[in-house]
Amino acid sequence: MMRLLTLAAGAAALALVHVLPAQAMTIEPIVSPSGIKAWLVREQAVPLVALNYAFQGGSTQDPAGKSGAANLVADTLDEGAGELDGKAFHEKMERHAIELSFGVGRDTFHGSLRVLNEHRDEAFDLLRLALSQPRFDADAVERVRAQEMSGLQRDTTNPNSIAGREWWRTAFPDHPYGLESKGSVETVPAITAADLRDYARRVFGRDGLTVSIVGDVDAKTAGELIDRAFGALPEKNDLKPVADVKPAGLGRRIVTEVNVPQAVVTFGSLGIARDDPDFIAGYIDNHILGGGTFSSRLYREVREKRGLAYGVSENLVWFKHAALYLGGTATRADRTAEALSIIEAETRRMAEDGPTADELAAAKDYLKGAYALSLDTSSKIAQQLTQIQLDKLGIDYIQRRGAMIDGVTLADAKRVAKRLYGNGMLVTVAGRPKGLASSTQ
Amino acid sequence: MNFTKTVSRAGAVAFVTALSFAMAPAALGADKSGADKPGLTVSNFKLANGLELVVIPDHRAPVVTHMIWYKVGAADETAGKSGLAHFLEHLMFKGTAKHPIGEFSGVVARMGGQENAFTSSDYTGYYQRVPSEQLKVAMAFEADRMTGLVLTDAVVLPERDVILEERNQRMENNPRARLGEQIDAALFLNSPYGRPVIGWRHEMEGLTKDDAIGFYRRFYGPNDAVVVVAGDVEPKEALAYAEETYGKVRPRADIAPRNRPQEPPPAAVRSLTLADPRVEQPMMQRSYLVPSFRLAKPGESEALEVLAHILGTGSNSRLYRALVVDKHIAVSAGAFYDSSAYDMSKFGIAGAPAKDVSLPEFERAADAVIASLIDKGVTDDELDRAKSRLIADAIYAQDNQATMARWYGQALMTGATVDDVQKWPERIRAVTAAQVQNAARLWLDRKRSVTGYLIKDETPAMDKAEQAAPAAAKAEKRS
Repeated sequence: MMRLLTLAAGAAALALVHVLPAQAMTIEPIVSPSGIKAWLVREQAVPLVALNYAFQGGSTQDPAGKSGAANLVADTLDEGAGELDGKAFHEKMERHAIELSFGVGRDTFHGSLRVLNEHRDEAFDLLRLALSQPRFDADAVERVRAQEMSGLQRDTTNPNSIAGREWWRTAFPDHPYGLESKGSVETVPAITAADLRDYARRVFGRDGLTVSIVGDVDAKTAGELIDRAFGALPEKNDLKPVADVKPAGLGRRIVTEVNVPQAVVTFGSLGIARDDPDFIAGYIDNHILGGGTFSSRLYREVREKRGLAYGVSENLVWFKHAALYLGGTATRADRTAEALSIIEAETRRMAEDGPTADELAAAKDYLKGAYALSLDTSSKIAQQLTQIQLDKLGIDYIQRRGAMIDGVTLADAKRVAKRLYGNGMLVTVAGRPKGLASSTQ
Repeated sequence: MNFTKTVSRAGAVAFVTALSFAMAPAALGADKSGADKPGLTVSNFKLANGLELVVIPDHRAPVVTHMIWYKVGAADETAGKSGLAHFLEHLMFKGTAKHPIGEFSGVVARMGGQENAFTSSDYTGYYQRVPSEQLKVAMAFEADRMTGLVLTDAVVLPERDVILEERNQRMENNPRARLGEQIDAALFLNSPYGRPVIGWRHEMEGLTKDDAIGFYRRFYGPNDAVVVVAGDVEPKEALAYAEETYGKVRPRADIAPRNRPQEPPPAAVRSLTLADPRVEQPMMQRSYLVPSFRLAKPGESEALEVLAHILGTGSNSRLYRALVVDKHIAVSAGAFYDSSAYDMSKFGIAGAPAKDVSLPEFERAADAVIASLIDKGVTDDELDRAKSRLIADAIYAQDNQATMARWYGQALMTGATVDDVQKWPERIRAVTAAQVQNAARLWLDRKRSVTGYLIKDETPAMDKAEQAAPAAAKAEKRS
């Protein structure tokens, strides 16, 4: 075995058997008594239930001038609901070891629940209360707002936050995507309890709901639990429309002076929509250029060969109304220009020449095999099922995924690399990079 | 036995004690854990060459987490060479006589695996998460680099730049991390735990290839290592693979036992203030010198775990309720205890005052909460809730093979046994209210502690220009 590997390493001859995670798990589509659709995976090994769900309409549904409203809702939902004030609510959670979390993306308001079997009724009751009868008591809202403001205030001198914020603001100047979900020190103070209530009313509708449940439950019980949590919600949401958009500012570089020894760089450009037929090819190209292993081109050139940074990576990011690739690094001020020019050169090289056949084969193997690692806990499975549903990939996606990756040819990968990496980038830098200034517009 | 080094809710403070090879540090779970469920059999073997093997079965997905843990960390570095254990961890990816640089990572990537490594004061670990049928391949590579590492300046020097950038990213760009570093340095008067795992910059800059190889030859061997495998594998199979790979490595005869300088009895209340121009939210952190699981009397470490939970975990904790909810003088407040250290460890409290509240006011209010707990003890209701929550975490952990592997490895590196880990829920269940109160009275003594304030540096920019880097900013004693 070892000898084979020694000889074959790095060559396409390395034959590995990929056991598809699908073999170890069956997804059942279920419908609750009240008509809510969900996906269920039964898993009896650990006595718990993991629920994951999302509502359409994330921070894009924040009221004008009040970005951060959805996020404040998420941070306040467990601070009291129905008859329970925040203290009573938290005591119930703690006594029964119930884990509830709420979060906000640009397109969705999402959440998760994890509970041991013996307390699952209490857990789903608490979730119903939180979603359908949140109190938003004044003292709780002010306390949570103060916590958020404290974090936002810290962000104002944090180079990561500064580079990121500048990137989004420049890429999407007239679109809610340009605003950060957590809001800003200017907008969060303006949000009222009425805004929070209104957000919950508009967004928590059953028609925009996606649900996944994993655990030691049968389909009937799962349906009942889902109704327990979501059955009390209004049938329809009331969302304002959001326009499709493309990132602006490509070709620009913006440097914000911050007194830190290491400059933080954010770069990105147009990506590929999740439902675009070229998506998988783009996903593979992205993995080769800047994906998450110690073998990506950017990792090798920026970190391993030159020691310019501890981390450098680049990823495809897709939303409902825009698609991007986004990357970042952090590097010493006197060599930031060098690091950036390497990133630009590697991106250009990928656009012009695409990947090699060997790189393509290695990336395919990685992407097929690594999928199992995102499906090895109940919570991860539940989260993945929600994502597959949101992306409308179909209940058999996990089985089909391997063949979709294998179907990408070298010609596809090269064509899509040109499309993906040939548009110029918007680059934002926070720090004091030597010899690097903002470009003129 | 507790990975969670995070206190409070919004504005959480993370206490980083382990460093990872690559940027995404906590790819593994951060749950407290245990093995509370009957039927979970954890196997424990010892090979003839001294290597210990722990196998935790989980057959839900066709993957395994394979970790090798060496009983060597930053606390074992020679004086003047801080950062060396972590530097070596990075250099372990530079290839061996048999497998040149990039080959191991390439093979892991090719199988769809993930890999990384981490260093703490007490241990250095490497892991791969791979399809189960590839376990032996991962073991063979790992066994090869246990003694086969080859280094040249061509790969060592750029990597030294990488760890300096890592220090910039983790510490110099992060005022809160710098405060923690200063507190540790002041808390540990004699123990090498006072040194940062990443190293002091001026010493990191001088680390060489020979330093790294020397350290490697002193400490890396099968008789200083524990392999933990969690996932879709039978114990017998894992043992056979380990015998065929690790079993072939000769033990090192000269690995010295871990006898590090110990702390004298603490005598002085210590405080310090770190001023940094980027501080927008002042905060306070205090660490007390307390026993780790290994050094505690029976039941004492568990009482400290329960105490940390009641005092400062979540929105029902004493500190959060008093300072954040009732008195509105803080935006965050919490507590932590780290049982997993080989030598004396830390119990901490931390938080951020509300706007217009000074740090001394915050500190007085926190002290009042602690005094009241020492004086009146905890209620049965608080005790029950804390224990249920901690014990439930042990079951949640079983949902995550990587968490389980990490928990067992960390325990075995810091003087606990597999049996200790398995009985952890029982021992938590046995903790009494009197034990919690006693633990607070005995250990939360200001003389055992260092209190750190993090404030904004208001010095005019002109003066600051003369300082080389924020690393040189002042950490002055307050009293």
